[in-house]
Amino acid sequence: MSKWQRITSAHQSLSFSRRMMFVGGTQAAFGALLAGRMGYLAITQNEKYNLLSESNRVQLIPVPPRRGWIIDRNGKPIAINRSSFRVDLIPQQIVDRQKVVADLAAFLSLSPDEVDRINGELDDARGFKPVSVADNIAYEQYAAITVRQPELPGVAPSRGFARFYPGGSAVGQLVGYVGAASAKEYERENKNPLLIIPGVKIGKEGLEQVMEQTLRGQPGGQRVEVTAKGKLVKELDPKPDRSGGSVKLTIDVDLHQFAARRIGDQSGSVVVLDVATGDILAMPSMPSFDPNNFSDGISRNEWRMLSENDHLPLVDKVTESLYPSGSTIKPLMSLALLKAGIKPAERVFCAGSYRVGNAIFHCDKHHGSVAMADAIMKSCDIYFYEMARRAGVEVIAPMARQMGFGEKFDLPFASQRYGTVPDPDWLMKHSHRKWEVYDTINMSIGQGNVLVNPLQLAVMAGRIASGHVIQPRLIAGHPMPTPAPLPVTQEHLVFVREAMGGVVNSSVGTAGAVRLPLDNIQMAGKTGTAQVRRISMGERNSGGVRSNESLNWKIRDHSLFVAFAPVEQPRYCAAAVIEHGGFGSAVAAPIIRDTLLYLFDKPKGLAALDTFEASIGGSLDQRTAAKTATWRSANGLPPSDKKA
Amino acid sequence: MIGSTIIPRPLAKLPWRLIFMVSMIAGFGLVVLYSAAGGSIHPWAVKQAIVFLLFLGLAIAMSGLKESTIKAATFPIFALIIVMLVGVEALGLVKKGAQRWLELGPIRLQPSEFMKPAIVLTLARFYELLPAGEIRKWRAIWPALALLGAPAFLILIQPDLGTCIMVLLCGITVMFLAGLPLYLFVGSGALLAAAAPIAFHFMHDYQRKRVFIFMDPESDPLGAGYHISQSKIAIGSGGIWGKGFLQGSQSHLDYLPEGHTDFVFATMAEEWGLVGGILLILAFGMVIRWGMKVSANSKSRFAQLTAAGLSMTIFFYVTINLMMVMGLAPVVGVPLPLVSFGGSAVMTIMICLGILMALERQQRTQLRLE
Repeated sequence: MSKWQRITSAHQSLSFSRRMMFVGGTQAAFGALLAGRMGYLAITQNEKYNLLSESNRVQLIPVPPRRGWIIDRNGKPIAINRSSFRVDLIPQQIVDRQKVVADLAAFLSLSPDEVDRINGELDDARGFKPVSVADNIAYEQYAAITVRQPELPGVAPSRGFARFYPGGSAVGQLVGYVGAASAKEYERENKNPLLIIPGVKIGKEGLEQVMEQTLRGQPGGQRVEVTAKGKLVKELDPKPDRSGGSVKLTIDVDLHQFAARRIGDQSGSVVVLDVATGDILAMPSMPSFDPNNFSDGISRNEWRMLSENDHLPLVDKVTESLYPSGSTIKPLMSLALLKAGIKPAERVFCAGSYRVGNAIFHCDKHHGSVAMADAIMKSCDIYFYEMARRAGVEVIAPMARQMGFGEKFDLPFASQRYGTVPDPDWLMKHSHRKWEVYDTINMSIGQGNVLVNPLQLAVMAGRIASGHVIQPRLIAGHPMPTPAPLPVTQEHLVFVREAMGGVVNSSVGTAGAVRLPLDNIQMAGKTGTAQVRRISMGERNSGGVRSNESLNWKIRDHSLFVAFAPVEQPRYCAAAVIEHGGFGSAVAAPIIRDTLLYLFDKPKGLAALDTFEASIGGSLDQRTAAKTATWRSANGLPPSDKKA
Repeated sequence: MIGSTIIPRPLAKLPWRLIFMVSMIAGFGLVVLYSAAGGSIHPWAVKQAIVFLLFLGLAIAMSGLKESTIKAATFPIFALIIVMLVGVEALGLVKKGAQRWLELGPIRLQPSEFMKPAIVLTLARFYELLPAGEIRKWRAIWPALALLGAPAFLILIQPDLGTCIMVLLCGITVMFLAGLPLYLFVGSGALLAAAAPIAFHFMHDYQRKRVFIFMDPESDPLGAGYHISQSKIAIGSGGIWGKGFLQGSQSHLDYLPEGHTDFVFATMAEEWGLVGGILLILAFGMVIRWGMKVSANSKSRFAQLTAAGLSMTIFFYVTINLMMVMGLAPVVGVPLPLVSFGGSAVMTIMICLGILMALERQQRTQLRLE
C-alpha cells in the first residue's frame, strides 16, 4: 500500500473542513458576483434601462401637425390647408376584421385592389399604428361612417387637412407640391415616425420641399400607457402638436397669376422684380402643373400628360431654363463700351453685314450710319460687332457678370441653372481653343456661348434701372446686404436708360408697339430674339432667311424682352422669355407691357387680359380642361380617371 | 434521547432564527406576487401563502426525524424516485408527449424535484458507508457516478435541463466534500469544456436557442431573447430604491414574461430596487450559511455531507435563478425558491430545510447530553 492511500477519518475530517472552506468561499464569491451584477444593472445602466422601460410603457398615437401656410407679400394665401375627411383603421381595436373591411368597402365603394391593400397592411400592422382606408372622402361618406362608428370598432374616421393651392397651375412651378413620403425619404430621415402617419404629406418639389423644415411643424400625440399586448391601460397627458410656421414670400400673387395667365398658351416665363429691394413680385413659368392634383396623389395618366408635353410643364423656366440673351445684352454691352471710352456719338456704318476674316456676320436690316443710342433703339448688330471688337472681351465679360449674367442667387430653389458668361479662360477650359475675334462678335449680341436664365435678365434690368447691384429675394424679410452701387458712372447709366426708353417710346424703337397706354408712366425696355438654329449660308443666299412662322415650333427663335418702369424713376423691372415665340417685340414685349400695366393700373390691365384670353380660347382653367380632354381622347382614354 | 422524543418538544427548541428568516423571504415573496397580480391576492399570493404554510409545517414536522430514520429511509426513497422517473418516461411514451409529472388525484408530483435532496442524501449515505481508506479508490467513484448518472439521465431526457443541472451540481458537491481526489474534478472540468460542443450537438432546438441568446440576448430582443432583455430592463430601471410598490411598469404591463414565476426577482427588483435585491440575497445567504454551519458542526459523516449538500441545493437554486434573470446564465427554467409562484420549489426547499433542522436539533441534543 502506498502512503497516500492510507487515509484515516482524521485525514478525511481535515480534508472536509478544507473543502468546506472552499465551498463557502465559492458561495460568497457568487453572492458578491450577483450583488455586483445587480448594482451594475441598477446603478451604472440605470439610465439606459429607464429609457427602455419608458419606451415600453408609453406609446404615442401621433397627431400630425398642420402644415404652415405659404402667403404672398400682402398676406394673400398661396398654399393653405383645406379640411379633408379620411378613414383609418386602428388594428388593435378591430374586433371582426372581415366584417369591418367589408362594411367599409361597401360604404366607400372601394375597389378590390384597395381592399387587398388594406388587408395586406393590416397583416403587417401592430398596435396603434393606423392603417389608411381612404383619403379625401366626401363629407356624406364621412358622416355615414361616423354615425356607424360604434358598430365598427377599430374604424377611425377623422378630419384632416389637405394642401390647397388657390392659384392652381399658375403657382405650380413656384410652390412645387406635397405628397406622401416615399420609403427612401422615410429612411433618409432616420425613420421619422411622423412620415408614416396616414395622411401626412411632405414637400416634394419647389418651395414646399425647400422650406419643408419651416412648414412641417412638430407632431403632437396622445400618449397612452399600453400593455405588451397592446391593450390600452390609461391615457396620459397629450403632447400638443405645433403647427408649421408660415412662409411669407415677396411674391404679389395677383400679379403672379396675372402674368401666368398673360403668357397664354406659350411656353415661357415672366419675372417681375422690385427695383429697390430686389423682391421677386412675380415669377410664373408656364405651362405648369396643378399642384392640387399632386397633393392627392397624381394618376399615371395625369403624369404622362405632363411629362409628354413639349412645353415642359414640369420645368421651372425662370431658374432652370437657359437661353441665349440675344439683343437684351445690348444695354449692358453699351455700358461696357462707354466704360471702355467709346463716345456715344461715335458712329458705325451698318450695311447689313460685317466681315471678320472668312466669316460674315449679319444684321437684320441695313441701318446705315448709327451711333450708340440708335444702335440700342434699333437693335443694330453691326454697331455692336464693331464696337465690341474695338473694346475687347476683357471689358464686356466683366460687365455682363456685374449685371448678373452667370450669377447664382441665394434663393430657395433646389436646382438653379446659372448659365455662362464666356471669356478666354472659360473657352480654353471648355472648348480647348483660343478666344478669337468672332467670339467677341458673337458675344456682343448675346449669342454664341452666352446663356442666361430669365431671372438673370430681370436682375440685369433691375441693376441698370437702380444703378445698384440688387439681389433677387423670394422669402419676405430674408436679410439682404445693402446693394452696392454699380461701378458705372451715373452719366452712362442715364444714357443707357434713356436709350432703353427710346426702344419703346421713340419712333425708331424696336418695341414701339408696346407703349404703356398710360398718360404719365412709360416703360423702358430692350427686345431680344435668340436664335435656336444656325442660319446657313445657303439659306441666306437662296432668297433670304426663312420667317419664323414657316418653321417648326421647336426651332423657332426665342422671344425675349427686358423692361423697367417708369423710365425716369424706375420702380419695377421685368423680363420675359417665350420659348420659340419669334421676335422679342412681337410676343415677349406685349406680355411685359400688360403685366406692368396691371401693376400701375389694375382695371386697364385686367381689361387687356380679358381681351387676350378671349382671343386664345378662354381662361386658363377652360383651356387646361380642353387640352386635357383633347390629350385623353387622342390617347384613347375616357374623359376622366375618377371612378364612377 | 428516548425521553426527548416522547416529551412534546417545547417550541423554544426550534431554530426560530431560521424559521423567521425563511418566513421573511416567503413573506416578501407574497408581497411581490401581490404586486405582480396587479395589486391582488388572487390568483397567486393566497395560493402561495397556503402552499408555504403547508410546507413550513411539513419542514417543522420533519425536524423531529432522527438521523437514523433518515439514513434508513434514504436508499428506499431514492429507489422509489427512480421508479417514478421511469414511470414518468413510460407515461410520456404512452401519451406520445414529453411529461415531467405524475398525477395523483389533485396533486401533481414532479419526481425530479424530489431527486434534488434525494441525491444528496443518497451520496452522503454512500460515502458514509465507504471506509475512509477507500476514498481514493475506483470503488469510491463508480457507484457514486452510477447513483448520480441514472437520475440525471432520466431527468435530462424528460427534458428538463434546469433540474438535471441542479441534480448534477448537488451530487458533485457531495462527492467533492466527501474527499474524492481533486484531479477528478479538475480533470472532468477540463473534459467538460472540451465536450461542450458535443453536448451542444445533442441539445434540443429550444435549448440551443437559449444558449445562443444567452451569448447575445440583444440579437433577438423581440423573439427568444425577449425574456432576458425585458428582465434586465426591469432590474436596471428599478435603480437603487426601485419604482415603488405596485409601480413596476414592466411587470404590470406584461412586458416582463414569467414575472410571477422564474422572473419574479425582476418583478421585485423593479419595485424595490437594488436595496430590495441586496436584502433578499443577504437573507438567502444567511439561510445557506445556517445550513453550512449545521454541516460544519455535525459529528457524523452522513450529517456533514447531507447538511452541506442540502445547503448547496438551496444555493444552486438561488444562484442559478439570479444569474439567469440578470443575464449571467442561459434561461434554464429554475425558479427562485420561496419567492416564485409554484409549489415544487417550496416543497424541495422545505424538505431540505426540514432535514437540516432535524440534523441541527440532534446536534443540540447531543451537545446537551455530552
